[in-house]
Amino acid sequence: MSVTSASAPAVELSQLRFAYRTGREVLSIDHLVIARGETVFLHGPSGSGKTTLLGLLAGVLQASSGNIRVLGQDFSTMSIGARDAFRARHLGYVFQMFNLIPYLSVRDNILLPVRLDAGRRARLKGVSLNVAAQQVASQLDIAALLDAPIGELSVGQQQRVAAARALIGSPEVVIADEPTSALDTDRREQFLQLLFASCASAGATLLFVSHDHTLMPLFSRVVSLGDINRAAAC
Amino acid sequence: MLVVRLALKSLRSRLLTTMLTILSIALSVTLLVGIEHVRAGVRESFAGTIRGVDLIVGARGGTLQVLLSSVFGIGSPAGSVKLSTMKRWAAHPAVKWVAPYSLGDSHRGFRVVGTTPTFFERYRFRNNGEITFASGRVAQSDTEVVVGSDVAEQLKYTVGAPVVVTHGLQDIGTSNHEAHPFVVVGVLARTFTPIDRSVYVTLEGIEAMHDGEEFAPAVAAAPPTMSGVTPPAMPGAAPPVMPGAAPPVMPGAEPPPVAALVPAPAVNEPEHDHGDDQISSFFVGTKNRFEALMLQREMNTDLVEPLTAVIPGVALGELWQNIGSAEVGLRVVAIFAVAIGLTGMLVSLYSSLEARRREMAIFRAIGAGPRTIISLLVLESSLLAFLGCVLGVAMVYGGLALAQGPIEQRFGLHLAIRPLGSTEYLYLAVVLGAGTLIGFVPAWKAYRTSLVDGLSPRA
Repeated sequence: MSVTSASAPAVELSQLRFAYRTGREVLSIDHLVIARGETVFLHGPSGSGKTTLLGLLAGVLQASSGNIRVLGQDFSTMSIGARDAFRARHLGYVFQMFNLIPYLSVRDNILLPVRLDAGRRARLKGVSLNVAAQQVASQLDIAALLDAPIGELSVGQQQRVAAARALIGSPEVVIADEPTSALDTDRREQFLQLLFASCASAGATLLFVSHDHTLMPLFSRVVSLGDINRAAAC
Repeated sequence: MLVVRLALKSLRSRLLTTMLTILSIALSVTLLVGIEHVRAGVRESFAGTIRGVDLIVGARGGTLQVLLSSVFGIGSPAGSVKLSTMKRWAAHPAVKWVAPYSLGDSHRGFRVVGTTPTFFERYRFRNNGEITFASGRVAQSDTEVVVGSDVAEQLKYTVGAPVVVTHGLQDIGTSNHEAHPFVVVGVLARTFTPIDRSVYVTLEGIEAMHDGEEFAPAVAAAPPTMSGVTPPAMPGAAPPVMPGAAPPVMPGAEPPPVAALVPAPAVNEPEHDHGDDQISSFFVGTKNRFEALMLQREMNTDLVEPLTAVIPGVALGELWQNIGSAEVGLRVVAIFAVAIGLTGMLVSLYSSLEARRREMAIFRAIGAGPRTIISLLVLESSLLAFLGCVLGVAMVYGGLALAQGPIEQRFGLHLAIRPLGSTEYLYLAVVLGAGTLIGFVPAWKAYRTSLVDGLSPRA
């Protein structure tokens, strides 16, 4: 199920159409390829379909027509369960905020993906769970917080925990949906530096959605969804 | 297992809500199982009111009338039975023993029953409980009386206390048989049956009581303090009457106690008498219990005197059929209580889900499939239901252990501490099943919602 081609691009869209209700297309992208290892800044006005695109890339939504290939896997041929499993194994996801399960410690939050999916766990290559959590936490500078309850973390710390959780088990693709919008300017750059470094060491492709154009220069590539989405409302 | 750990942690993180939900389920379960225990207790108490007696024989009348008047002390018998009839049946080859039961007098609101020592020997209640004496012994002479535990307690009687018996049930002070004072010779141990509220004398005692009324000279023997109140004897003024006619006291016809000195009252009570060879009913023990049915038929067709013979167990069952509809009411109430408890559980699970949409979105983003999410939520709800059941059952037994004594003292209801019956297990299974099923509702909704919302927890 998770047989992926090492040579395939991280993401490849062709003739993608998506509508929540028939006749009302919200997404229509003819072609988009994101190569492995790229850090992509995806921006666009509200209503341009950013969240919908992320849902499609994560395999939660199913395209009305066209193809979505992530790591060479064609989502349109996969069942919902298979896409869930694919996501568990190959994707990391960071939300804008409230990323963490409130009743779990930082450590347990970070370890959730590897505990949930044996395939993801196998990617730790024999490193014990605690060591893996320790490693990814120190990359993101939160090693001291591993046993802290979630309620005691600042928003910036919470986002770093979320990033650590997205990165554990070295997924090929990390999707971040406006993860810095709740942070103040100083912390945004700091967070991004940590995220870039971690993605680089994991060899992950980063797809970063944001409104904040000041961050644009930090990325290897910028994609404007308003430009490529022909169904965009505005 | 990850899901189990998650469910436990999630429940623990909302400790107050969790506790309240468990408590509300537990209370419903307590009510349901408790009511079942009380119901069984009431039924057992009821069915155990009389044992050891194979037939109760009274004058021709309704089955329930015979049962109620002779066992429960409710109402009056349809008529009386000749003592000679009882003696005749006592000689029947199938009959092992007979005990007369003569009703009609009262003592300060408690029924006075004329009987023989056989009654105390043979009567059984509940699971083979024998009538035992807390103190003293059986009444033997016509001035001796044995009182039930309630009587002794309320009237503060001990062995040796003098007793005055009123004729008629209401104690309005008239026509006291004070010519014939009795003395307590025995106090019965508590039985939690109507026996506790009865006063027992010998048949001769009842007879002598009325002899004293009829033949004034006999009064001479009475203590001087009493003799002053003794109504003047009016020989022949008291024609025979059925003892059953006794309870309704002739209203208005009876003058206040002081007037007892006047001869008139006795004249006003022309029916006031117990024919000395009449009893209300009699209890029969057979040599072989299988002969009870045959004996019943024979007695019911007695050509000399019209009789109604009743098998107590059958009559009690019939009576329970009639009054047992109350237990259906109890059950309905209990079922509603559980419905409310389960609804409360659904509400609390459902509202907690609203707050947990983000949580579900996170799980979805990590790649948790429907099975993980459903098992997490269903596990939580069934765990709540299970803990609620356990706590509820614990509360029932804890409550029983604490309240068993007081309830028995207060209401005469013996609630046995017994293992759960099949009905109770069925109730628990329903609660558990409903708790589990309820978990599917928010689980299904959570999975659908997080799908529709995409991965975004913002919507």
